[in-house]
Amino acid sequence: MNKKEILFGLAAAIILAVVLSPFASPWPDGLEKVAEDKGFLAKGEVEPAVSAPIPDYAWPGLKSEEAATRAAGASGTLIVFGVGCAVAALIRRKS
Amino acid sequence: MHIPDGFLAANTWVPAWLISIGGLGFCLKRTTRILKDRMVPLMGVMAAFIFAAQMLNFPVMGGTSGHLLGGVLAAALLGPYAGAIVIAVVLIVQCLIFQDGGLTALGANIFNMSFVGAMGGYFIYAIIRKIIGDNKGIVVGAAISAWLSVVAASSVCAIELAISGTSPLKIALPAMAGVHALIGIGEAVITCLVIGFVLKVRPDLIYKNQGA
Repeated sequence: MNKKEILFGLAAAIILAVVLSPFASPWPDGLEKVAEDKGFLAKGEVEPAVSAPIPDYAWPGLKSEEAATRAAGASGTLIVFGVGCAVAALIRRKS
Repeated sequence: MHIPDGFLAANTWVPAWLISIGGLGFCLKRTTRILKDRMVPLMGVMAAFIFAAQMLNFPVMGGTSGHLLGGVLAAALLGPYAGAIVIAVVLIVQCLIFQDGGLTALGANIFNMSFVGAMGGYFIYAIIRKIIGDNKGIVVGAAISAWLSVVAASSVCAIELAISGTSPLKIALPAMAGVHALIGIGEAVITCLVIGFVLKVRPDLIYKNQGA
């Protein structure tokens, strides 16, 4: 991949995460729905083992729910891109 | 299908953690043999794209949504081992930064989505691709294996819930496989759209098995 293609791919991901994320379906996902229907959802309502900095894809402190989701999406996409490249670069150096 | 803390008992999440650490170690070793320079940014871009796509839940039926898992998509471009690593990177960041999927359940989530979803899905994809051949084999293989990867990962999740004593297998398995048979259609459509696009603009980015 050349620089232009990397930027294109990253831009596509950021656009998905920033532009479309507020329109994602708010309904529970498959596992949550099954947990709800089969009566074990409450088992998951425990204190999380670690407290995450941006819980539930909502940037803390932002009043607008939409803006909080967009900010979480943008930051998450960049973080994952960075970690993905870093892991790959480490593997590359070892080979 | 990210399992939160509390759903799995220690009899399940501890072994799942151990298996996933071992599995990721194996994947890293295999990837060192085949990783080319051009794959370094591709791994970052794939991880970013799958993270973003996983935020976009689509409705599947009354009151239920699903989102892309991306295992077959990652593996079709990067191969089964680097593909599994990319999914694990996404899951680890989601868990530690966004509290999506529990820390105790992270091993099971990596097992389900990296190993069952990406690696398991890839082997189905590779078989279908070989039988049909050409670009048609890539697209048809991706569609079928993407659907299967979601149903298989959700079934393994049901087995883990049963071993944990959270929900009996005869209840959890049909419920999980049933709803994910619908979510899997979305997985197949998105996977085919992206792979079709890559085939058009950069067909050389599709992973070829080099005997590794």
